[in-house]
Amino acid sequence: MKSKIHTYLNRTTSAAPLAVFRIGFGVMMLYSIIRFAAHGWINTLYIEPQFHFSYYGFSWVQPLGNATYLIFALCGLAALFVALGYKYRISMLVFFLSFTYIELMDKTTYLNHYYFISALSFLLFFLPAARYFSIDTLGNTVAKDGKKQTPQIPQWTIDSIKLLLGVVYFYAGLAKLNSDWLIKAMPLKIWLPSKYDIPLLGDLMQLEWVHYAFSWSGMLYDLFIPFLLLYKRTRIVAFAAVIIFHVLTRVLFPIGMFPFVMIVSALIFFDSGLHERIISYIRRLLLPLKRFFIPLSRKRIPKKAMELKYKRFILPVLGVFFALQLLLPWRYLAYPGELFWTEEGYRFSWRVMLMEKMGSAQFKIVDEDGKSFYVQNSDFLTPFQEKQMSYQPDFILQYAHFLGDHFTKQGHKNVAVYVDSYVALNGRLSQPYVDKAVNLYAIKESFQHKSWILPFNDEIKGL
Amino acid sequence: MKLRNLGLVLFAAIAIGSCSESEDDGVTTTDSFDRRALLENAADNIIIPALQDLSDDLNSLKTSKDLFIATPNQANLDDLREEWLDAYMTWQYVEMFNIGRAEEILYSFQMNIYPTNVTDIQNNVASASYDLTSPNNNDAVGFPAVDYLLYGVASDDLSILDTYTNNTNAQGYKDYLSDVIDQMAALTTTVLNDWTGSYRDTFVNSTGNTVTSSVNLLINDFIFYYEKGLRANKVGIPAGVFSTTPLADRVEGLYSKEFSKELALEGLQAVDDFFNGRAYNGTTTGLGYASYVTELRTNNGTSDLTTAINNQLAAARAQMNVLDDNFVNQVNSDNTLMTRTYDELQVATVLFKIDMLQTLNVSVDYVDADGD
Repeated sequence: MKSKIHTYLNRTTSAAPLAVFRIGFGVMMLYSIIRFAAHGWINTLYIEPQFHFSYYGFSWVQPLGNATYLIFALCGLAALFVALGYKYRISMLVFFLSFTYIELMDKTTYLNHYYFISALSFLLFFLPAARYFSIDTLGNTVAKDGKKQTPQIPQWTIDSIKLLLGVVYFYAGLAKLNSDWLIKAMPLKIWLPSKYDIPLLGDLMQLEWVHYAFSWSGMLYDLFIPFLLLYKRTRIVAFAAVIIFHVLTRVLFPIGMFPFVMIVSALIFFDSGLHERIISYIRRLLLPLKRFFIPLSRKRIPKKAMELKYKRFILPVLGVFFALQLLLPWRYLAYPGELFWTEEGYRFSWRVMLMEKMGSAQFKIVDEDGKSFYVQNSDFLTPFQEKQMSYQPDFILQYAHFLGDHFTKQGHKNVAVYVDSYVALNGRLSQPYVDKAVNLYAIKESFQHKSWILPFNDEIKGL
Repeated sequence: MKLRNLGLVLFAAIAIGSCSESEDDGVTTTDSFDRRALLENAADNIIIPALQDLSDDLNSLKTSKDLFIATPNQANLDDLREEWLDAYMTWQYVEMFNIGRAEEILYSFQMNIYPTNVTDIQNNVASASYDLTSPNNNDAVGFPAVDYLLYGVASDDLSILDTYTNNTNAQGYKDYLSDVIDQMAALTTTVLNDWTGSYRDTFVNSTGNTVTSSVNLLINDFIFYYEKGLRANKVGIPAGVFSTTPLADRVEGLYSKEFSKELALEGLQAVDDFFNGRAYNGTTTGLGYASYVTELRTNNGTSDLTTAINNQLAAARAQMNVLDDNFVNQVNSDNTLMTRTYDELQVATVLFKIDMLQTLNVSVDYVDADGD
């Protein structure tokens, strides 16, 4: 067994797939950053709000006023350098740090796909993705005596990306194994009919069997697609399914860049032949620019590859990383109550598009004279923040503390903060959400179960 | 082999799900709900008739105002007040439709911002030069300003008449009263003409599910009005639910001292009528959001929401009916009845904002970011 692992870790393969992956990743991230800026979201999501929802333990990560634009610029530039394979390690590190910083600034904007990007960029930092077809190695390849041989890299470096993608899909599939999704076809029964105005598909979206077909095929797709992509005989068909699935979700839902990221990422499953062809195609495109790139490349004696030199360090780190990836989604089992209702352990678990959940939360401030008043949330939160806050307990708690601090600063004494809140989940009528007799200002955030969430008077069976 | 078969099945399922348009030619859509008919009912039976009526009311108000200015006596003052109240009641059926021209010209901001700003009004009267359309004057025009000019400008009717006759600046008051009322009528004509002109067709044809489609704008406006214009402005703010102490001077119709309840009840009726698709000043009911919600929830197998909303509106009305005609008296004598009314209205807010919006799954106009 041990020797098998050893043999596996020493197995090498062509560097081409990883090079193509790096380029695709860099280009899409650069485009994502530009797109994000072009929509004006840096301003509306990070600069305009007077208050930001932090992840537990990360309240020190805050937007930096107008300097926030610089973080995005840095992130975009790093993505470009990653695509070019220019100073790859440092660029990848800068990308990982700046992107993750951006995501940590406000959890209002949490998306599984942003988390995926952070996780992936962490992984990519350790991988030899710039070993081939990069500015960093341009000098080296040219120096070789005419023969252009694709460098070899350890097989596990490519497999680790496949593993991460596999985890994303498989866990997304596991998350769909619940009665709302499979038996009630919720929330698709709410979402799909509202797409009545989509050309060609609009009418189809009204049919009940379509809602069930989408629910079930979505679940099967997520569970099986990693295996179908791994297995050579099903790969082409699986890749076609990847394209159809993600394009369809893009047409139906406002999910930004995620579908394209997943489609391009799935190319990693293909053999190096395809990637060599992609590279030679890009090479022809870039040929006129080559003279600009050459001065940037480092002509140096090839050193021992990082992933080999620091193998004793990198492998355990990635081992822990993957162990966390596999375990984190199960942490919800440590909490009582319905996961969809309490959302304790919901994030960072590849629970994608599982719920239609809306809430309303009216906060009441009471001071020591017993005087009380309700807060107009729009005085403090953007509509987007208010929407996200109104059905997620950790947001409600953090906002309650913000309000408590705010009104204490205004001179109110012994402030208590209560919330009158309602939440509707997957078409069930709205129900009271938080115990309105609980002074949230006196409750500290922690990973403990939030006992002040009222019970969900229904049951969702399954994982 | 097994995996391959599974892959093919999967592929086929998705392929059918995504591009079977061609083989479904014969299938009639199950989306039988006619959004165009809903919009037509809203435009032809609710919005345009209400605007027409308001326009008529405001023209009558202008006539009475001209009479009053020519001869400021008690009889003419009484007539003028009556016409003002008529128009104000009709306005309750119009305020929620902040759409199209009304939105462009900030119609409701120029018609019903209260409390009105007495200092601004006095300054305008004194200076005799003012731009009534200026945002700075939003709280010095419209129904609340007329309320002040007809009821609050002096302590009793005799002194009020005196303001328009013997006051050193009687002409200034007459001019301002006249200009404010003329402006209200002119704005209403502008909005009405747009509806009876090209906008009506544009409106009823915009049936998509986008942030700018009529179906969505209308429901967003409706909810906004319910939450802000009705729940907060008419009841919540005076009752002090958003402040440490009640603010009795924030009621609608502050100076006339007897209509705040009547106006609020009318606003609630307008909400009820619109939600249920009931024709303005009529008994016929057409397609409304109530029917839309019912159909969607029947189709997706979730419980009845329309009845829950209508029951809650009835509960809020019952609670509001208990209140004093003048909310100022109610706030000062027993504010708990005011806050109880607010609570009932709030329950319906939740039903509208959460349950109804979730059912309709409309593209909301305020969230601009990617989803998962």
